[in-house]
Amino acid sequence: MLESLLFIIMGLIVITCAIGVVFQKNPIYSAVFLIQTMVSLAVLYILLHAQFVAAVQVMVYAGAVMVLFVFVIMLLNVQRADQELGKDRLIFQKVSAIFLGLLLFAVIGIVTVRSVLQGTKGEYTPEHMNEIGNTQLVGKLLFTDYVFPFEIASILLFAAIIGAIILAKKELKE
Amino acid sequence: MLDVILFTFIAIIKISIVFGLLLLTIAYLIWIERKVMAHMQVRLGPMRVGWHGLLQPLADGIKLLFKEDIVPYKASKVLFIMAPVIAIVPALMSFAVIPFGNKITISGYSIDMVITDINIGILFILAVTSVGVYGIILAGWSSSNKYSLLGGLRSSAQMISYELSIGLSLIGVLMITQSLSLVDIVNAQSKWWFVLFQPIGFMVYAISAVAEVNRCPFDLPEAESELVAGYHTEYSSMKFSLFFMAEYANILTVSAIAVTFFFGGWRGPFLPPVIWFLIKMFLCIFFFVWIRSTYPRFRYDQLMNFGWKFLLPVALANIIVTGLVIVLIG
Repeated sequence: MLESLLFIIMGLIVITCAIGVVFQKNPIYSAVFLIQTMVSLAVLYILLHAQFVAAVQVMVYAGAVMVLFVFVIMLLNVQRADQELGKDRLIFQKVSAIFLGLLLFAVIGIVTVRSVLQGTKGEYTPEHMNEIGNTQLVGKLLFTDYVFPFEIASILLFAAIIGAIILAKKELKE
Repeated sequence: MLDVILFTFIAIIKISIVFGLLLLTIAYLIWIERKVMAHMQVRLGPMRVGWHGLLQPLADGIKLLFKEDIVPYKASKVLFIMAPVIAIVPALMSFAVIPFGNKITISGYSIDMVITDINIGILFILAVTSVGVYGIILAGWSSSNKYSLLGGLRSSAQMISYELSIGLSLIGVLMITQSLSLVDIVNAQSKWWFVLFQPIGFMVYAISAVAEVNRCPFDLPEAESELVAGYHTEYSSMKFSLFFMAEYANILTVSAIAVTFFFGGWRGPFLPPVIWFLIKMFLCIFFFVWIRSTYPRFRYDQLMNFGWKFLLPVALANIIVTGLVIVLIG
């Protein structure tokens, strides 16, 4: 009862903030709404008994990724970018975006009605998870069952870091 | 039903005591800092208000409350008002998971001396404090003042860089205890303090903690000679003092983490646990003030080089060595 009430309240906050991200004119305000969305999502994770994921959500997305977003927005000249955005109108893009958006909603609706509501209960119930410990369980699964995707992701990030360094590095004058 | 009411009642009492004491300590932290620094520089410090200036924090508080509250004409109002709140709330929140003492029993009902013991304790603190950066960045941006903006940008870059080494320096301890709960970490130190097993981890933590709370010698965000006052240049009255309180609350938080992770938490002989915790905290705070009155400020490129090219590799090496030793010992 209390959980579903909290879920509805937090869900509404998440959706409101997500809409706020799109409709704000000023990029900084959009970023602030996005931060709020990230933090509210963490509460939804806690409602799903995934405390570790919730903490990492706040720490990585709200605490690190969004700081860099805000950082870049501040370093770029925001006002000029603002005006340019207002000038060019991409009508074709708008039409296709609306079409694809509706398609996405339809797919999500069909999938939800067909499978998720009729799904079977998995191995990791909240009680079982509390027994092992949330963090321990995530760590164990990450390094046993899902070690391949985990390592692939780390290689991908490593490649991205090296790419960023090469792009940012000034060429030495001879 | 009675249990639920009793639980809620005790939780509310615990929260009010911790937060009341926290705010009082923040006020007196400023007095301690002024006094200790004054004596280190062969001065007396505040002497006029009360015995040895003991009422000075009260006088300062009243003065700040009655000052005119100025919001700059070109500032973006909502963020300008929100920024100090974003700065102080996370700083105060992290005390919810710090254990101040062992269980005590009052008329058959045992009470934990911690507001809540959650199984992701330290992650909660790291997550909550990482949100505090926004207070500073948004304050810098919303003031629409170039010095504020520069201060805010510097500060955010510095805090992200050193947050990494703070997190990594604590992982050694987490590997030994195999738990993220602060209560478990204190219980694991019943024989030896972890500072003995993790000296390098502690060194890295101590340095990055000073940088994380923007204190001298890492106080570049508010370097007076370059940036007027940094991100809070345009702030006045109680909004300004909220930033000040947030900074001191952060000092208390990093000291409490240092005590819990490396110095056995509330454990100690003879005296009651809470007193031991406060003594250890006070020594940490004294260390902060001592550093401030000893070292000159870093240059900005030195700061970044030091964080990324020295502290981070050392913290990573510490994790590898700790892992190897744990595997070898079994």
